[in-house]
Amino acid sequence: MRRSPKDTEASSRKITRRGMVVGGLQLGMLGVLGWRMRQMQVEQADEFRLLAEENRINMRLIAPSRGLIFDRNGIPVAENTQNYRIVIVREEAGDVDMVIERLRHLIYLDPEELERSLREMHRRSPFVPVTLTDQRSWEDIATVAVNAPALPGITPDVGLTRHYPLGEDFAHIVGYVGPVSDYDLNRIEDDDPLLQIPKFQIGKTGVENKYERDLRGKAGSKRIEVNAAGRVMRELGRDSGVPGANLQLTVDNALQNFVEARLTLDQSASAVVMDVRSGDLMAVGSAPTFDPNKFVRGISVKDYGELTDNIYRPLANKAVQGAYPPGSTFKMMVTMAALDTGEISAEDTVYCPGFTELGNRRFHCWKRGGHGYVNLEKSLQQSCDVYYYEMAQKVGVDKIAETARRFGFGEKFDIPMSAVTAGVMPDKDWKRERYGKEWLIGDSLNASIGQGYVLASPLHLAVMTARLASGNAIMPRLIKSIDGVETPIVGAEPLGFNENHLRMVRKGMFAVSNTRRGTGFSARIDDEGRRMAGKSGTSQVRNITVAERARGVTSNADLPWERRDHALYVCFAPYDNPQYAVSVVVEHGGGGSSVAAPIARDILLFAMHGKTPPLDAYPSGQRGRIREMLSKLPVRGTTPSPGSDRA
Amino acid sequence: MSYLEYHAKTVPTGLSKILHLNWPLILLLSAVASAGFVMLYSVAGGSLTPWAEPQMKRFGLGMALMLFVAMVPIWFWRNMAGLAYGASVLLLLFVEFFGVTGMGAQRWIDLGFMRLQPSELTKITLVMILAAYYDWLDIRKTSHPLWVAVPLILILAPTFLVLRQPDLGTALLLIIGGGAIMFLAGVSWWYFAAVAGLGVGLVSAVFTSRGTDWQLLKDYQYRRIDTFLDPSTDPLGAGYHITQSKIALGSGGWTGRGFMQGTQSRLNFLPEKHTDFIFTTLAEEFGFLGAFSLLSLYALIIVFCFASAFSNKDRFGSLLTLGVGVTFFLFFAVNMSMVMGLAPVVGVPLPLVSYGGSAMLVLLVAFGLTQSAHVHRPRGR
Repeated sequence: MRRSPKDTEASSRKITRRGMVVGGLQLGMLGVLGWRMRQMQVEQADEFRLLAEENRINMRLIAPSRGLIFDRNGIPVAENTQNYRIVIVREEAGDVDMVIERLRHLIYLDPEELERSLREMHRRSPFVPVTLTDQRSWEDIATVAVNAPALPGITPDVGLTRHYPLGEDFAHIVGYVGPVSDYDLNRIEDDDPLLQIPKFQIGKTGVENKYERDLRGKAGSKRIEVNAAGRVMRELGRDSGVPGANLQLTVDNALQNFVEARLTLDQSASAVVMDVRSGDLMAVGSAPTFDPNKFVRGISVKDYGELTDNIYRPLANKAVQGAYPPGSTFKMMVTMAALDTGEISAEDTVYCPGFTELGNRRFHCWKRGGHGYVNLEKSLQQSCDVYYYEMAQKVGVDKIAETARRFGFGEKFDIPMSAVTAGVMPDKDWKRERYGKEWLIGDSLNASIGQGYVLASPLHLAVMTARLASGNAIMPRLIKSIDGVETPIVGAEPLGFNENHLRMVRKGMFAVSNTRRGTGFSARIDDEGRRMAGKSGTSQVRNITVAERARGVTSNADLPWERRDHALYVCFAPYDNPQYAVSVVVEHGGGGSSVAAPIARDILLFAMHGKTPPLDAYPSGQRGRIREMLSKLPVRGTTPSPGSDRA
Repeated sequence: MSYLEYHAKTVPTGLSKILHLNWPLILLLSAVASAGFVMLYSVAGGSLTPWAEPQMKRFGLGMALMLFVAMVPIWFWRNMAGLAYGASVLLLLFVEFFGVTGMGAQRWIDLGFMRLQPSELTKITLVMILAAYYDWLDIRKTSHPLWVAVPLILILAPTFLVLRQPDLGTALLLIIGGGAIMFLAGVSWWYFAAVAGLGVGLVSAVFTSRGTDWQLLKDYQYRRIDTFLDPSTDPLGAGYHITQSKIALGSGGWTGRGFMQGTQSRLNFLPEKHTDFIFTTLAEEFGFLGAFSLLSLYALIIVFCFASAFSNKDRFGSLLTLGVGVTFFLFFAVNMSMVMGLAPVVGVPLPLVSYGGSAMLVLLVAFGLTQSAHVHRPRGR
């Protein structure tokens, strides 16, 4: 509108005045903005810089390669092999269903495994690689690689996984690894961040478990830059960690293989071979066994069910876990105890009428007709029970127990295997504590022939035999070296028993194996330089009832498997210069001399020869049968030595 | 003073108008826009596409439009004010019914070559109509309640439509910008004091009512306010963006992390890094020096606008220039406050720097109007 010059001036002045006010407000606001910038970017810059770094930098663990396990000759028994797997990245695949359908035309995909993988894929961000299937053959990988253009988002990949090249042979010694589970995380106190890696393999049983810390190594790490969605942009730095320590076992793979094969001829048996001077466990066998590689992959419910339902317990390492009444193999302990008291000499005799009467109870000798007059050597040779009933009454259980403990009974040996049993070496205090009852003379009689409360594992029996043979307090050793550092031999000093007494017992054992009336005579070695000395044992797992005795049902063959006697045998060789001690237990196998002794002899011979023994080591009459048996034995033809050109 | 009173001799004509343009302002605008190109290049990971190049083209187009608008006499634009305002309100109504929803809130009309946001347009047309209104109104009637009601309706009508979109940021800018022109035009202090008092009372009522029977807002609305006041209470939710934005800004330090070296923006921790949060990237990569320089450029633009307005005896031109200046100021002040955690995240772009067609063109046209006012201002005899 038209304005007078006066109005125009007034308007202009007013606008300028008000404009100054607004400008002032704006200036104030600018001041606030500038102050805020200064506060954040100058005063708090370090704080925000730190937050920005935390935002973008992630640490990722690098799993170190697990330590390898070798046998005493350097043959690998646990190694890391390349695990070929097929990986899918959802965002690169586009149409996932179509791509997987194409893949299924090329290679077999287990539907169950596939479903699990797909579920995981949809849970993860689209750029995260998800394993569709692993443990594939090289052919599968090649097929996928060749068809890569038709399979967007699918890549063959390789990682490391545990592999046990000798499979079943070392299953009980080395054990196996498996993916770490919630159960493991709750059970073990271990804050190693490696355990948080999904599917990280840790030792579950055996050496793999006991030496987990050494084998695992130290986690490496890489610093990576990630964006807001967690996608890896680049690697900023890397520390590759420390690989796990390599272990060398004292076990000889060829002997171990033979032992397992030989034991497999029976339904359920175990054996231990020990070097009597060093305590090295040359073989620890338990049959039946299982394939540890199945556990590494994740065993199927069906396979696992078969293992757990099997009455012969393939998963148990019976050589160290099994606690059996040692039966007559215990008689050497009673002998040693009696000699040690000085109350008897080797020539003192006991008359055996076939039983001993104690009050109104009769304790039978295994030989109904009795052995007549029996001295120490004969008592071992023919395993006369009555002789030991007498000794037990003379010496008392506490002395026997004390002696047996010095030979290793009742001790839980510190060897890296799972559920190693201490067995039971009872005495008066033990029974009072355990049952609240007084020890009875009858208990002593039972204990004197290795029955009743006495329990021992094949490992105990092998240690006892090795200590008898060497006279040294030798301890079993399973780990020869860790990362090249030799583990010390323990107990290579004398046990402290009179050497003459030891010699008398050894002589008795020699008689068992090498004299016509010896219980182990048929399982002898006919090789002058390698003669063995042994002792059989047949331990009852039930009491023969009076009714059964009347009916004449005393033969094992008439009984169901699980009620038959255990067959045991311990021995060492060569007699003149002891080298190896062997113990064999055949569960519910029957008589020790007929069932366990031949096995122990075969194992001893193999150990001494380092290979399948020549037939002329056997008594001539048995060679045909032995040849047939040996030829059927499921042993590995040659020692597998991947990439090895050792002579 | 109507155009009839202008002395043809004193107002430049023809191409000589170019010499009388407010050149420092043009240079400042170009400098700010260039900073925008650099940042858009950076946030695209060192690429002209998809943002920097289109932005440059639009700036070129915007500059041409600005010069064209500047050449046209200011009285023509004053006569167009009513038409422009009416058209923009109609367009707002149009998008209310036929608009396309993008980014959840912004509504625009697809013109084929560009997307027009009527709400952007309204910011300028509102300034124009208010300036024209007070030019027309007898200055003695300025504070008369009846004549105060008219501009209030002019402001609230488009504000209501914009709020419906919903676009709280633009609505606030319209109210504050419109209110500022009313204040500049000389409306009595008392009205503003009353509104301020009412506002304070309302805010305190809202807060004191919390947790009582007569609670004025819903619980979730209170939580939003909490998140604004302390983003760390909800670091992964609504507070995430503002927290990340502050981290980026703060980590810039004195001199910044270097061009294209900002980890927060490059690794996508920043939201909307090419639009509303572009200042954050600038502050991260060029530090306090860069951020303060940009703030200074903006401040200088305001200074030149105000200086031009104060020297202009034409009531329309003067109010228009101040209105554009205040609107421009509100744009960057709200945006910067927002990314620095001083104001809630309301979705206001950084003028001339943020990627966006409508906003850039509308702003340059608005500056064209101030240039026209500057060129065609009445000069002493």
